[in-house]
Amino acid sequence: MPLLQINGLRKTFGGIKALDGVEFHIDEGEIVSVIGPNGAGKTSFFNVISGMFPPDGGEILFEGRDIGGWEPNQITTAGIARTFQNVRLFPNMSVLENIMVAQHCRTSQGMIPAIFRTKAFRQEEAEIEERAKEILGFFGTRLVGYRFDQPAFVLSYANRRRLEIARAMATQPRLLLLDEPVAGMNPRETVELTGLISRLRDELGFTVVVIEHDMKVVRDVSDRVVVLDHGVKIAEGAYEDVSQNEDVIEAYLGRPAEGKS
Amino acid sequence: MTNFDLRKSINWGLIAGLSAIFTAAVGIVETFDKSRMVVSPFVSLGFLALLWLVPVLAYRTSLVEELEGVERPEPSVGNVWSGAVVGSTAGIVIVAFTFVLNTWNIREIFIKFSPALLDILTFNRSFALGALLMLILATVLGVVGGAMHLIGAETRRRTVAAVLWIIVIALFERFVSQILRQVQIDDLFDAVAGRSLVNIVYNDGGLTWGAAMIVAAVAYYLAGRPVIDFRETKVAAGLRSTDRRERTRWSLIAAGIVAAVIIVSPMLLGSLLSEILANVGLFLLMGLGLNIVVGLAGLLDLGYVAFFAVGAYSIGLLTSPQFNIQWSWWTALPVAIALSALMGLLVGTPVIRMRGDYLAIVTLGFGEIVRILFLSDFLKPLFGAAQGITRIPPINVGITSVSGINPQGILYFAAAFVILASWISYAVQSSRVGRAWTALREDESVAQVMGIDTVKAKLSAFVVGAILAGFGGALFAAKVGSIFPTSFRLLVSIIILVIVIVGGMGSIRGVMLGSLVLIGVLGGPTQPGLLLEFADFKLLIVGVILVYMMLQRPEGLVPSVRRSRELHHEELSQDAWFDKSGEFTEDEAVAADSEDGS
Ligand SMILES: Nc1ncnc2c1ncn2[C@@H]1O[C@H](COP(=O)(O)OP(=O)(O)OP(=O)(O)O)[C@@H](O)[C@H]1O
Ligand SMILES: [Mg+2]
Repeated sequence: MPLLQINGLRKTFGGIKALDGVEFHIDEGEIVSVIGPNGAGKTSFFNVISGMFPPDGGEILFEGRDIGGWEPNQITTAGIARTFQNVRLFPNMSVLENIMVAQHCRTSQGMIPAIFRTKAFRQEEAEIEERAKEILGFFGTRLVGYRFDQPAFVLSYANRRRLEIARAMATQPRLLLLDEPVAGMNPRETVELTGLISRLRDELGFTVVVIEHDMKVVRDVSDRVVVLDHGVKIAEGAYEDVSQNEDVIEAYLGRPAEGKS
Repeated sequence: MTNFDLRKSINWGLIAGLSAIFTAAVGIVETFDKSRMVVSPFVSLGFLALLWLVPVLAYRTSLVEELEGVERPEPSVGNVWSGAVVGSTAGIVIVAFTFVLNTWNIREIFIKFSPALLDILTFNRSFALGALLMLILATVLGVVGGAMHLIGAETRRRTVAAVLWIIVIALFERFVSQILRQVQIDDLFDAVAGRSLVNIVYNDGGLTWGAAMIVAAVAYYLAGRPVIDFRETKVAAGLRSTDRRERTRWSLIAAGIVAAVIIVSPMLLGSLLSEILANVGLFLLMGLGLNIVVGLAGLLDLGYVAFFAVGAYSIGLLTSPQFNIQWSWWTALPVAIALSALMGLLVGTPVIRMRGDYLAIVTLGFGEIVRILFLSDFLKPLFGAAQGITRIPPINVGITSVSGINPQGILYFAAAFVILASWISYAVQSSRVGRAWTALREDESVAQVMGIDTVKAKLSAFVVGAILAGFGGALFAAKVGSIFPTSFRLLVSIIILVIVIVGGMGSIRGVMLGSLVLIGVLGGPTQPGLLLEFADFKLLIVGVILVYMMLQRPEGLVPSVRRSRELHHEELSQDAWFDKSGEFTEDEAVAADSEDGS
């Protein structure tokens, strides 16, 4: 059974068919890239999976359960976490707090234990903090030490992207959805992050879906590539095959004479 | 001439003059002039209210903001000229107004423009002489304000401190003389000098000149000394100690000091001051509750008074002989709290999905609905409608009983509740739930995607807020003995919100300072404050404070770190951008380092 199986997924915004019968699956331990021209529906795909918008049709089976229509927090609790194309951190919370708060759904101490500072509470707080530091340590020296207490908004763009990935990791998901993780990064940072995406799977065992425009990154990280255009999956397969596919080239370059638009 | 800009000076002078007229028009000048002096004789509170802006604005006019890279002109006679123009312009405006008052009878429209006001403005002389005096006085004040540029920053700071302290000590006459009487110094003086100390220091509600001089000298001296920073005291060091035993020891000492102050102070304060402080405690309690709802979770609740009302009415219903339940306050308290919490849940559940302004409007409606239900004839058998619930018994504490006629007792209760509420605020704020609230306020949809059950988190904030208000209501009921729907007007919600805003949203110490200043000094919606004569103008002053704060210090008096980050976000991001424009940002430097290493 695939970790995530999506059948005939549809989502319309007014008249626009952002997703029009998308079929998709990903197995445990895979890294799959979703590519497509601007406005193809990639982000909408993530939005629907993560529960920010309910689907208009089709099913989303995660670990065999249909999670279509669940609340976003239920989906996160079930084990899917995401990042955003336009970085959306909690800007005034510190780096460490951003990670600590993301462990909410994996922890349980409520207000009463907090007020009485019970042993269980103190223990859990210590664990949350320790785990947060551990996760931030995954990014080398970038987000540790004095950075822990800096508010997120003072971070550089690349570091904000890293922090967003860290925050998604902190929800302890099985499936990570990364929306254009290297957008806006310089070549050196891009190379580094590409390596990091592979490490997410190899070292930490996450299954990863990544939306990306940078073809070099796509080539380097993906086991399989899925191409969307106008809300429809137009190709799927290994990077080499997909990059030769005529429909894909057309979708990116536009169809000269008898265009379907 | 540098430091002198004629147009600007005239503009500021006009502002000072017009605001003086406004102050007179609302009746402040006359009321204050009649009621008390600041330094007796000659300097009355009325004149202070009329003319205080003149020196302040005269100083402000030729104040040059320090800008990076721009040379600041040296202080010169230009500053004094500028001040003189501000002062004389303001003087001319006031004189013109006096002339109008003197010539035509406009009292039918502006009811506060009384003959008494005219007497004040002309110093009880003829119009011509009075006008001349006013003009001279205003100009002199302007010159003084302008000349403040010439005396150097340190001297200026000390002088301003001296003047402010004279005003503060004079205004707090009631407070200071009460303390002097209670600690028995007064009688001692009486015996030795044949005259009580209070009479030596104060006269006619203001300081005597001699006392004012002493206050000024002491303030001038003390302002030059470094402020004692609590964080550098031995206690603070002990609390921060890494050794656990040491820390416990110092926490016990700190707690002991606080407890001693709380236990002793009501005895020193006497009943009037205790009454005022008890009111501060009540509003502080509710401020802390609302701070959780608005400051931490970011839910703008304008119907907060409803929970206060539920707490109070529950106590009334369960204890008053008007009904036949007649429990004791102690038995009724848990029920009242539970009912407030339930109310929080009831109000919260339907409205919690709304955001921002919508939530504010709906909660405002709920608050009014609750008040109107208590007022309705339909529910009269239960809540007594407009006649309310009376004869609520005092709180029985073994040997004695505590009610409004014993404000010291109420103050003890209020202090206990406030300590409890502060701890709850602090403990929850720095816990998993508190972090969820912060995330919720920062970005609700992202918080939800990060696995936070937003409905649950919001409801819990609502319920905690309701519980704290419930405590406030329960204490209020026992304090006043009879409750009416009019005690729970919208204004109460708004005042509590203003306390939170002025103090600093999300900051516990801020809320404390906010309620001390607003409730303690100015007074609550119906409760008297330390400055009784401000009662009529309370809302006006609160409004002015609010506008000033919004413009100059939107993060509040004692801001929470996060809140001031939010409001100065742009400035800081700009700095970050400045960093970026340089070749190497800090990040890249770090990146480069790590690459060199490998
Ligand atoms: N919330 C929304 N409301 C209305 N239309 C939307 C919304 N979200 C997406 N769309 C529309 O759906 C289509 C797909 O948008 P989507 O953001 O998914 O594209 P994308 O593939 O992520 O593009 P890009 O590469 O630019 O990020 C677009 O036409 C877009 O205008
Ligand atoms: Mg997108």
